[in-house]
Amino acid sequence: MYRYDEFDHSFVRERVAEFRDQVERRLTGALTEEEFRPLRLRNGLYLQLHAYMLRIAIPYGVLSPRQLRQLAYIGRKWDRGYGHFTTRQNLQFHWMKLVDIPDVLAALADVEMHCIQTSGNCVRNVTADPYAAAANDELEDPRPWCEILRQWSTLHPEFSWLPRKFKIAISGAAEDRAATAFHDIGLRIVRGPKGEKGFRVLVGGGMGRTPYVGQEIRSFLPKEHLLSYIESILRVYNLFGRRDNIHKARIKILVNKLGIDTFRDAVEADWEAPHKTAIDLPEDERRRIMSYFAPPDLPEQPPRDEVLAARRETDPAFAGWYKHNVLPHRVPGYASVVISLKEPGRTPGDASSEIMELVADLAERFGHDEVRVNYTQNLVLPHVARADISALYDELAAAGLATGNNELLGDVICCPGLDYCNLANARSIPIAKEIAKRFEDPARQELIGSLRLNMSGCINACGHHHAGNIGILGVDKKGTELYQITLGGSPKDDAAIGTIIGPGFRAEAVPQVIDTIVDTYLEHRNEGESFLDTWRRVGAAPFKEALYGAG
Amino acid sequence: MPSVITANRLTDGVVVYLASDGEWSEQIANARVADTDEETKALEAEAENAERERRIVVGAYPMPIAVRDGAVDPLSVRERIRAAHRTTLTKDWYDVPL
Repeated sequence: MYRYDEFDHSFVRERVAEFRDQVERRLTGALTEEEFRPLRLRNGLYLQLHAYMLRIAIPYGVLSPRQLRQLAYIGRKWDRGYGHFTTRQNLQFHWMKLVDIPDVLAALADVEMHCIQTSGNCVRNVTADPYAAAANDELEDPRPWCEILRQWSTLHPEFSWLPRKFKIAISGAAEDRAATAFHDIGLRIVRGPKGEKGFRVLVGGGMGRTPYVGQEIRSFLPKEHLLSYIESILRVYNLFGRRDNIHKARIKILVNKLGIDTFRDAVEADWEAPHKTAIDLPEDERRRIMSYFAPPDLPEQPPRDEVLAARRETDPAFAGWYKHNVLPHRVPGYASVVISLKEPGRTPGDASSEIMELVADLAERFGHDEVRVNYTQNLVLPHVARADISALYDELAAAGLATGNNELLGDVICCPGLDYCNLANARSIPIAKEIAKRFEDPARQELIGSLRLNMSGCINACGHHHAGNIGILGVDKKGTELYQITLGGSPKDDAAIGTIIGPGFRAEAVPQVIDTIVDTYLEHRNEGESFLDTWRRVGAAPFKEALYGAG
Repeated sequence: MPSVITANRLTDGVVVYLASDGEWSEQIANARVADTDEETKALEAEAENAERERRIVVGAYPMPIAVRDGAVDPLSVRERIRAAHRTTLTKDWYDVPL
């Protein structure tokens, strides 16, 4: 993974000192809240319902065990002993005190971490496929490109005050596991006409109150031009994006107002201007950054699959976990292992300091010192020898971390909602927990098959409800929490926005509503069909009838 | 409609209420209730002073309540959650009444 050089270290330390001074001036009254607010937000510090919330950047979801242990330490010393992994592959602490934040930032800087650009109208944390450099369907590791974009965008003078926040995701694999079509810019590493590698560029995707699936602005961009092309997209957005209405300020609104062809013309015209080569990264610098991401030494091993097969025969819990949470690896004899943070009854995405420390230990013992955060709010050990899988499972099971529900119904994406968030209209955590309990029987989840259920506590859609096969959106209707259901969304290559199925439901009805939707699917599905397949074939009518009655 | 003044404490963000003694209390039971618009405006002025001059709180605002059996009861789910000073993390389904 990337390691800070002297410039990075001093830059982050200077930011900590600067913010320490700003906090001091706020406490002594030299700064008003109006003056201080944009400064704290530039350092990822929000004021929420019960306390301050600190959002910590985890660049493209990659953590070292040392960093994860430091997050555990911070959680224990300055928060309530747990944190919340987010759909941006970041970590949030929800019970912070303003007076402690400078010390927390200093502790983060000790392990090459910070909170810069986790808020504000700038380029946010670039997200990536959590199985980067491990997946067996990968064309190229996206992480070096994420790091290049991170360095390029950090405090970029032209793009620090965009019309609105800006989110980029990169996938280098055949399957989209980074929801690239729901980003301001989505990048897929693909082969070009001559077999060379480059980027397919999507633009104008996003969720929130006006969801759009990203549109292709370029089917193939030579790799060496990534920075100049992204810069041209951002420049056109910066010039023409709306600043008069926060709800119409994202690039998706501009792209859809102009039309993709007009937007493309504007970008290409800017890109063809003479500054292109001055912006693109020099080849030796690209190689320098690439060198940080050399894959770990993974000598091919005998898979010992007979041991795993024998245990799967005799241990159904292990078999279920293995089937869903152990994923194929590019090197024979290895696998990527998903550590589910979705045990029924627990808050999706939350991890205690003890869990963080355990996962750090396991990454050192079994995972070549790497941990990833999935945008679905789980953790991943990307490189595990198959010979170690059984022992790893035992350690996870002893800690309640061996829930075998990756990409099943229980693997709910869920924002913090009204339990924490100032923007939320309704609670999401208790609903998600109740749904997980309702469907905790592994046999039932197995019968249902792959099903993405996403939930947000407000229209800002941090819980990606638009992209859920089943989406739940919490709204406030005259002081009552109501939950609107959408069906048919997808975050993957067949990206789609869910359709609102009808009037919303009260909280206590939602688990039964999900049950009814699932039963309707099971009743209508043909052999081999996923939920999405069935939905696309039969449409909304049977679901509406099951939920609201005929007529 | 009766109301109380609530805010977050500057140093740690904890939810507080302007109390009868002029201090800020974490307990909604200690909140001073304004029954008229004039009383609410007077409390808001006091809160603004606590925010700007004394730097005790951030983001003070009047919050509608009902007084039931002598107890101050927030009207919205959001304010019930704030008043409880906790989330559903450690409790069961629907621990905060709707």
